Amino acid sequence: MEFIKAENLTFEYHKTDDAGQEMSTRAVNNISFSIEKGSFTAIIGQNGSGKSTLAKNMNALLIPTAGKIYVDGIDTSEIDRIWDVRQKVAMVFQNPDNQIVSAIVEDDVAFGPENTGVDPAEIRQRVDAALSWVEMFDYRKKAPHLLSGGQKQRIAIAGAVAMEPDCIVFDEPTAMLDPAGRAEVMNIIRKLNARGITAILITHFMEEAAQADYVLVMDDGKIKMEGSPLEIFRRTDELKDLSLDVPAPVALADKLREEGIDLPEDILTTDRLVEELIK
Amino acid sequence: MIRDITLGQYYPGNSWIHKLDPRIKIIATLLYIVALFVVREFTGFIVAFVALEAVIIISGVPRKFIWKGLKPVILIIAFTLIINIFMIKGEVLWQLGFLQITREGLRTAAFMGIRLVLLIIGSSLLTLTTRPIGLTDGIEALLSPFRKIGLPAHELAMMMTIALRFIPTLLEETDKIIKAQQARGADFESGNIIRRAKALVPILVPLFISAFRIAQDLAMAMEARCYGGNVKRTRMNEIKMGSRDLAASLLFAAFLAMIILQRVLL
Repeated sequence: MEFIKAENLTFEYHKTDDAGQEMSTRAVNNISFSIEKGSFTAIIGQNGSGKSTLAKNMNALLIPTAGKIYVDGIDTSEIDRIWDVRQKVAMVFQNPDNQIVSAIVEDDVAFGPENTGVDPAEIRQRVDAALSWVEMFDYRKKAPHLLSGGQKQRIAIAGAVAMEPDCIVFDEPTAMLDPAGRAEVMNIIRKLNARGITAILITHFMEEAAQADYVLVMDDGKIKMEGSPLEIFRRTDELKDLSLDVPAPVALADKLREEGIDLPEDILTTDRLVEELIK
Repeated sequence: MIRDITLGQYYPGNSWIHKLDPRIKIIATLLYIVALFVVREFTGFIVAFVALEAVIIISGVPRKFIWKGLKPVILIIAFTLIINIFMIKGEVLWQLGFLQITREGLRTAAFMGIRLVLLIIGSSLLTLTTRPIGLTDGIEALLSPFRKIGLPAHELAMMMTIALRFIPTLLEETDKIIKAQQARGADFESGNIIRRAKALVPILVPLFISAFRIAQDLAMAMEARCYGGNVKRTRMNEIKMGSRDLAASLLFAAFLAMIILQRVLL
């Protein structure tokens, strides 16, 4: 069943330049796609390819200039349903510092459910559960600015989880983290997806995209490629044309194949590559 | 060094005082300050001092923290004392040229000194024993009756919450900008006051820009989390009056009665 469905979605940013001339940039250009309920979709693309704009269209933070996007059947341009849409699709942003509202971890996690008018006793329950989920329960009374980037991002995820959404959009959640923090966050995203939450991950890192079930490749506001990670990352040349890489293990496997080492075609992860090599 | 900064000056604890309804603590603090100005005789200060001492002991806040709250204003207190000692006319005890110390001057100085010290300790106890969030919730609750005449109580409280949250973030940002400018040869340490003030411009401009950027990000994140002002909003930690709050109110009322009585009787 599809959870998010876009039909001829277009989004334009308007701004006025110094000369007072009205300019518009088309960040998302007439695209259609659908995302299955419970799936884990990665969206990759260069800077400025429109992937963040697309993400913000998924929970009515931005309303399409033309075309439609449906979230669980709700048209996001229906102004009265905005809160329903945002409750269904939570979002985690890139900068962990700029999305934490409160000076105490648990108060921040409670922010979402407080806004939607959940009963205090239930908020307490949700906050504790969400914090345990991201393994930050012991830090519930701490001040967020004393935590590491990875920990802060886990708090932001807990804040999204506490809203009990059906889907979470992660807008480059690991871009500002160190490798350890990145691994922690990826782990949690996979865990959440396994629990049935539809995950949409916007990322720069091909290794992260390789962990998804489905990949959309964006360039210049268009979806240039889509398919399973295996299908996408086999098309190395096309990706190169879009200035994108393939995950390191895939690139290495390709090189090894050129050297005449016999390897299966479905290698995406380091673990898998190692497994095949020691056979 | 910036990472060590504590928010406000809250001293985490689990005492009776910590658990009191923040609304009661805010009102009591305000009334305590008023009471200090009602007092006219030293006996009144004895009552106020004993009450304050009791609160300090119950709260379990170490004296070190109370002293820390007093330190920044020591200079102001000293200044007040000196002005009072030398400026008040009366029975002269000691004289040197135009400087003279009078009995009345000494008395007023001692009076003002005690009043200021009690006032500062009293109000710092409020922030020492109340979580910043509790404080803003309390202020919001106390201001909400004025919403009818158009006072945005919730918005004010939200602004305070966010300000508290972003003090360390902006400090970190400042630190980063200073280092970036120093790396390009900026000099913040030498020269006279005007030169140094001018040197601040390349820090302040990027800081403002980044503050706006942070605000934009935060607004987006708040919207994504369904923030829409105070419409149908609930709170995880509801502030509720309990028997403890009632007892505290009664005790505080007794204190006020004593202050008023000594003023009337003496």
